[in-house]
Amino acid sequence: MIELEGLTKRYGEKVAVNNLTFSVRPGIVTGFLGPNGAGKSTTMRMILGLDHPTAGDVRIDGRHYDQLKDPLTYIGALLDAKAVHGGRSAFNHLLCLAQGNGIPTSRVHEVLDTVGLTAVARKKAKGFSLGMGQRLGIAGALLGDPRILMFDEPVNGLDPEGIHWIRTLMKSLAAQGRTVFVSSHLMSEMALTAEHLVVIGQGRLLADTTMADFIRQNSRSYVRIRTPQRERLLDVLHEAGITVVEAGGEALEVEGGKAEPIGELASRHGIVLHELSPQQASLEEAFMRLTAESVEYHAHSETASVPRDWGADWKGA
Amino acid sequence: MAAVQVIRSEWTKIRSVASTVWTLSLAVVVTVALGMLISALSRSQFDRMPARERLNFDPTVVSFAGMTLGQLAMIVFGVLVVSNEYSTGMIRTSLAAVPQRATFLFSKIAVAAALALAVGMATSFAAFFLGQSLLGSHRTEIGDPGVLRAVIGGGLYMTLIAMFSMGVASMLRSPMLSLGILMPFFFLISNILGNVDATKKIGRFLPDQAGSRIMQVVPRVDDDTPYGPWGGLGIMGLWVVAALTGGYILLKKRDA
Repeated sequence: MIELEGLTKRYGEKVAVNNLTFSVRPGIVTGFLGPNGAGKSTTMRMILGLDHPTAGDVRIDGRHYDQLKDPLTYIGALLDAKAVHGGRSAFNHLLCLAQGNGIPTSRVHEVLDTVGLTAVARKKAKGFSLGMGQRLGIAGALLGDPRILMFDEPVNGLDPEGIHWIRTLMKSLAAQGRTVFVSSHLMSEMALTAEHLVVIGQGRLLADTTMADFIRQNSRSYVRIRTPQRERLLDVLHEAGITVVEAGGEALEVEGGKAEPIGELASRHGIVLHELSPQQASLEEAFMRLTAESVEYHAHSETASVPRDWGADWKGA
Repeated sequence: MAAVQVIRSEWTKIRSVASTVWTLSLAVVVTVALGMLISALSRSQFDRMPARERLNFDPTVVSFAGMTLGQLAMIVFGVLVVSNEYSTGMIRTSLAAVPQRATFLFSKIAVAAALALAVGMATSFAAFFLGQSLLGSHRTEIGDPGVLRAVIGGGLYMTLIAMFSMGVASMLRSPMLSLGILMPFFFLISNILGNVDATKKIGRFLPDQAGSRIMQVVPRVDDDTPYGPWGGLGIMGLWVVAALTGGYILLKKRDA
């Protein structure tokens, strides 16, 4: 269990992490989501005692990181796969970490085997590809057979095979009852792996919820309708007690409704429909809506407040 | 015992990178070879030396002539042992494994210093015996008064210069910056400050000027140095303590 309490990190005037309070619970994958620059890595570095918090506190199983005896046996982390001396072999890299935490050499061979690096164990790390480097970093995290695992953007830059391998690994680690805390800036990635979700933006907590609740609350489903007999359809739907919103252009939208009853209703009244389509707003959109105000580096400062009919006249032209 | 684990870990680290081998080999080869060369030259030139120089002739110091250059390799060794952690990013992995920063830093320095001591002693004895063998009739013996002290002192001097470099590198973190300051300082600036009359009084308290006093056996004519051989080494030791303390305080305070 990782517990953060009012965790804050300031760099001069800039607040990187702002009063974060949440817990990472065992037995599930907790996704740590936020746009780039939201403070995810800074938070993770504070959990490991690498960066000192300006205020607040973070504890692992009730203790500060530097109070843990042989910390790699409590929590294994992959923050930056490049945090390796390139001139050292994979085996020696893991061996020095193992020795510092009283972990037997046999375990080094085990984790090398788990991540599939046995064949290149004696090769220098600087010759490793991005994927191999990531595997070496994960081997280091698994070394102490810890109850808690923490990964910072583990799939970044990996090929599909590597991404699949990491997803499967994280799920199996959680299935073994371990605490898995993994960061990403991609909602789609989290939706595939995480059961619980912590969302931050500009260092502030935006959501701390289960994935199922997040999906329920944030994925908007609606039916999109286009018709040349707009006024008539509006009347008919109104009489049937169905709430309609006028979307951009000639389209109408029915929130949360099903397409079938609307189609049948239109047919009964002889109304011509040009479009009747069920729509689902993606989780990615929900995440972007949630973090829109807190995104630090906007491509365009107005993208967060685009009106719904934006581009309508362009489409018609 | 946690410190023992960390010392084992640091030993694995130091023996598994190439820079350890090449810096230390360079220190041995340069110190011994240059010492032999200067010894051989001194023997052939002795009769042509001015009387004052002949009076000051210290065969032990002559065989250690290579140390001026050899110490630079020791400096590179000391700097790289510490700054490698920073330049590669390994420091974050290391501190996640050993979050007690004092244990981490001082285990690293203990291991590197022990290795530097072993290599430094071997270098010092090799430079002495090989140098003396080339000095012919001008040679001195290990059993002569003060000679054994000077030879052991030579090994200690090399160890302390490496440790001082480790302290400086802990403070500065960047290998380029550390070497860019230490190399010209010990190769040029310190020598100038220690030999120019205007700055001599202060210059001889610099780490290398004070520390190298231990390698002198024959007292200089009109020598007014305010410390003896061990006193000089003690001054150098204080510099090392100061550099390491500074390195530790910064490591403790800084974000990794």
